[in-house]
Formats: sequence, C-alpha cells, structure tokens
Amino acid sequence: MSEMPASLRYARTHEWARQDEDGAVTVGITDHAQEALGDVVFVELPTVGAQVAAADPCATVESVKAASDIYAPLAGEVVEVNEALGDAPERLNESPYGEGWIFRLQPNDTAELERLLDAEGYRASLAD
Amino acid sequence: MSVARQAGEPLIFELGAPGRQARSQWPQRPERTGDTADLAAALREDVPALPAVSELQVVRHYTRLSQRNFSIDTHFYPLGSCTMKYNPRAANALAQLPGFAELHPLAPASSMQGLLQTLFELQELLAAVTGMAAVSLTPMAGAQGEFAGMAMIRAYHQARGDTERVEVLVPDAAHGTNPATAVMCGYRVREIPTGADGDVDLAALAAALGPQTAAIMLTNPSTLGVFERQIERIARLVHEAGGLLYYDGANLNAILGKVRPGDMGFDVLHLNLHKTFSTPHGGGGPGAGAVGVAERLRPFLPVPHVIEAAAGYRLAGEDDLPASIGRLSTFMGNTGVLLRAYIYARLLGREGMGRVADYATLNANYLLARLQEVGFQPALPRRRATHEFLLTLSALHKQTGATATDFAKGLLDFGIHAPTIYFPLLVPECLLIEPTETEDRQTLDGFIEAMQALLALAQSDLARLQAAPEQLPVRRLDEVRAARTLDLRHRPLPADPTTEDDA
Repeated sequence: MSEMPASLRYARTHEWARQDEDGAVTVGITDHAQEALGDVVFVELPTVGAQVAAADPCATVESVKAASDIYAPLAGEVVEVNEALGDAPERLNESPYGEGWIFRLQPNDTAELERLLDAEGYRASLAD
Repeated sequence: MSVARQAGEPLIFELGAPGRQARSQWPQRPERTGDTADLAAALREDVPALPAVSELQVVRHYTRLSQRNFSIDTHFYPLGSCTMKYNPRAANALAQLPGFAELHPLAPASSMQGLLQTLFELQELLAAVTGMAAVSLTPMAGAQGEFAGMAMIRAYHQARGDTERVEVLVPDAAHGTNPATAVMCGYRVREIPTGADGDVDLAALAAALGPQTAAIMLTNPSTLGVFERQIERIARLVHEAGGLLYYDGANLNAILGKVRPGDMGFDVLHLNLHKTFSTPHGGGGPGAGAVGVAERLRPFLPVPHVIEAAAGYRLAGEDDLPASIGRLSTFMGNTGVLLRAYIYARLLGREGMGRVADYATLNANYLLARLQEVGFQPALPRRRATHEFLLTLSALHKQTGATATDFAKGLLDFGIHAPTIYFPLLVPECLLIEPTETEDRQTLDGFIEAMQALLALAQSDLARLQAAPEQLPVRRLDEVRAARTLDLRHRPLPADPTTEDDA
C-alpha cells in the first residue's frame, strides 16, 4: 500500500497540498500517483505569477507510460516552482512528498484547504 | 553505445572508406551561370560529413536493417486501434498503372478524367458506407481529418451566429488525438466518464451538456473494444442541447458494412483509410483522413475535392465553396493512398465490406474467449468484444510483479508484434489486441500459445520474462534512461564555444 502522510491534504485527482509557515501551499503528487505513472521523465512546470483556479490543469507530468495533467488543488497565485525537477524528474518518483514537490501557491482563500480530503478520505477514494 | 551498434550493424557513417562513392547516384550538376560573386561568403568551404560508401554497401546496409523490422508482411501485428491488416498486392499494382502514376499534378482536368472519376467514386462510396451526405478526401492523415472535422463544426456554429459554444465533450476512453484536436480548434475540453460496462456515463453526459456545448467526439466501438449501446440516446441528448456529434473513424473496421455512423446520428466523421481500407501504413505514414459530413455541414468541406460538372470531373476550390474551412492539401490529398483505398473497396464490394466486420469481430472474440480459458482477464468481462478487446494484467501484476510491458517484449521472441499497451489509460496494465480479419486460425492459435507460455513464465521465472526479448538483435532497452538522457548524435559536438548544445 502506498504512503499517505496524515499531515497532508489530498485531491481526488491525486495531488497533495501542505500549508507552510509562510502561508503558501506546497503541491505535489501522491505516492500512489507516482507509482501508477511509472518512471517520470519530464515535468512541465507552471509559470511563477500565474493565477490558477481550483481544478485548473497547471502542470504536466510525463512518464514512460503517459502524460498526465496536474490540477491545482485550490485557487491562488503560483509563487515558486521546483526547478530542480528539470534536471532530475526522477525526484518525483523517489520522494513524492519531499524533494519531488512541484509548485507552491499563495492561496486566495486558505479555508479551501479544509475542503480537500484528509489521508483517510483519500485512501477511501482510492478504493472506489 | 548506439542501438544500431549493439545490434551488430555498423552505422552507415562507419562503413566505406575515404573517397568511395556511387557515381551513378550523383546528382546532376548544373553549369555555373550568371554572376555569383556576391554569394562567395555563403559558399561552403568544408566538405559535408556524408558517408563515403559504394552503392552495394548502401543496398546491403539498408536491406539488413529492413529485415529486422516487424511488419504486416512478415509478422502477426495485433496492434489495437491501429488496424494493421494485410495490404493486398492488387491495390498496389493497379495504383501504379502509368495512367495514374505518371500524371503531373498540374495537368488540366481534361487530361486526368480517369483519376478524377476514380476519386469521385471513392468519395461517393465512402459517403454511402458511412451514411454521410458528402465526403472530402483532402486531409492527408487521421489527425488532419480530425482537425478538418472540428474546424467544420466550428465554422457551422459560427455561420449561425452561435458563438457561445466553447466546449467539446470527450469521453475518458477517447484517443488522445480527440482532446488535442478540440484544443487546436480553440475549444475547451470536458471529460465524460465511462461506466463499468464501457458505455458513456449518460447521467454525467446530461449534466455536462448545455448552451456552451459545441460537440461531442466519440469513437464507436470505443477504445475499450465495445460498442456504445446508448448511441441513439447520446445523439438525441447532444442534438437537443444544440451540439453536434463527431465520429472518430479509427475503429470503423468493426462495423464496416453493418452499421453506418450517419444512421447513429453523427454529423461529421473522419476515416482512417490507411486502417479500414488497408493501405500500407506504420511509422507515421502515409495516411489518408477522409472526412464525411451530414447535409447541413456540406458547405464547409475542405478543398480540394472532386465535383462532377457538365464538362466532366474537376477539382473544387475556394471559389466553388466560399464557406469552406480552406485548403488542406495542395493537390488531392495523398492520391497514391486514396487510389489503393479505392481499389481495396472495389475488390471487396458491398458484401465484402460486411465480411470484413464479420471476420474482424469473429477473430477478436475467438482470441478473447480462448485467452480467458488459459487464464487471462478481460477488462470488461460482461461485454462481447468488437474488432478488438482489452485484457488487464492487474491481478497478475499484484501477484507476481509482471507487467504489460514484459508481455509486449516477450511476444517479440515469438515473432509477434506487440499489441498496444497502457492504452486506454483508465485500465491498469492493459493490452489492447486487434487481430483484424486478415489472420487465419493457425496464426491466432499461435498467438494464444505464445501468451500462455508467457503467463507460465511470469509465474515460474519472472526474471527471465523481465529480460525479454532474448532472440532479437536488440535486448530490453532502458526506456527511462533513453528519455531522460537523449543521445541523438553520431559524433560528439565539436568543442566550439559558439555552437549551441542541441544534443
């Protein structure tokens, strides 16, 4: 069974979100998602400064099997992207909750975070 | 080390010797005329790095490489959704008649009436077999046909002043080209989920339809290898909302001569003549993506296409169709491919077309039934296959770790081209298998035996399966490394600081 830390929030579309001390939210894909995708070979990152709405496709992850859209789990402004994935997309497989983070958002409304799934809810959504 | 060298065949650059050449193949050198003084700076001083080889070396090199291909002429090729069927030699021979092959594309219509009549009859024949009002043969590939189809849908809505239709619905089982086409044509894509039995989720469709709906793009049978049973209800719902129905003809082989997309309610379609009408294809071409339309979309057809006038047949251009979406090929599509499709269709005749669907479907269902007997799991156990079917190795993967890739590679050792794998995306560890009507029972039984042997290997000696193929010049490639570390050059770049590193 793949890992899903209790400290994170999750979207049904397999992104995780974590609010950091500076108020911004870090976004990545779940361990389950990286396992299903297989070896990631390319990550197309969003543009810093872009405004995104919740559920907007804003990044693309390409693996040896498929290219998949990554959706913004909540609305906000992209404030930072993980440039290191350009040279080392494998980080997404090796450390989906750590070095494999994809981008950071300044949320328009922090309360939206509460509407995402918790680890138990996400686990249940996988069983559907 | 490059793939070619691993395979024991040197690169063409490594063959030959300095100064060796094939004089008979030299291009003709024009006499120098006029004043070239101001071109001096543009003249090339160093000799281009071309291989220095003899004619025989070239012939042997490429013949040897070609013998390593998997092709429909040499191997069973059950590549789902690609319809790799036999390309009859008769179609080839007739398409190469001098009256066709030696025509100049700019010759006047009066001197190519035979060709134009042939293409006109192909338009009529395709319209009849699909139930559409008119056909244009001009798109030169399936993707261009899709583009033409969606562009016509856009032109139709715009001509009516219906400009608020900004969304195209696409089921999650669609070919990847469908959403890509909709976006190319300026639409927003909304995905419609598929139910457990492989039909479109009607409730989700009804909820997604509205005044913003321009069209729905459907493949029927779908890429799950099952016939969409609710197609008439889907057509009614979409039409009631003011949208149009687009038919992706990739899977027409299953219903050829049996059911017509026009009768199902489709307004626009493209046909992959290189699939269903058996013209040679693979490796990206050449294709032919004819488009067909219902009467209300006829004014928007792409040009050129053939029309019949008092003075005979001629090519219709922009002047004849002011509302056309435009010119999609300079002359008449991939004419050589169109001729082969025409001859194939005439060889079959009306009854023969129905037999294509009969045997394509029978072969697929035979394989599906026998593969289930030997232990494989269908993705949709309650559904009958159409011309292709989906297996899932999900349970086997959990049990042993074997993957769809391992089976695809393992089949190569049996002299079988791998089926489509990991598509459609919504079924894990899947194989999409399409035998086509071409194959006889011995070939199908050979495939079943190969699959059975691989299944046994997965359970007894996974490491060996994971190392497959064993018998081919090139063993299992490291796809991840190949994608992450591109190596496309024969020689390393010269150490020139002004040269951009494009390797």
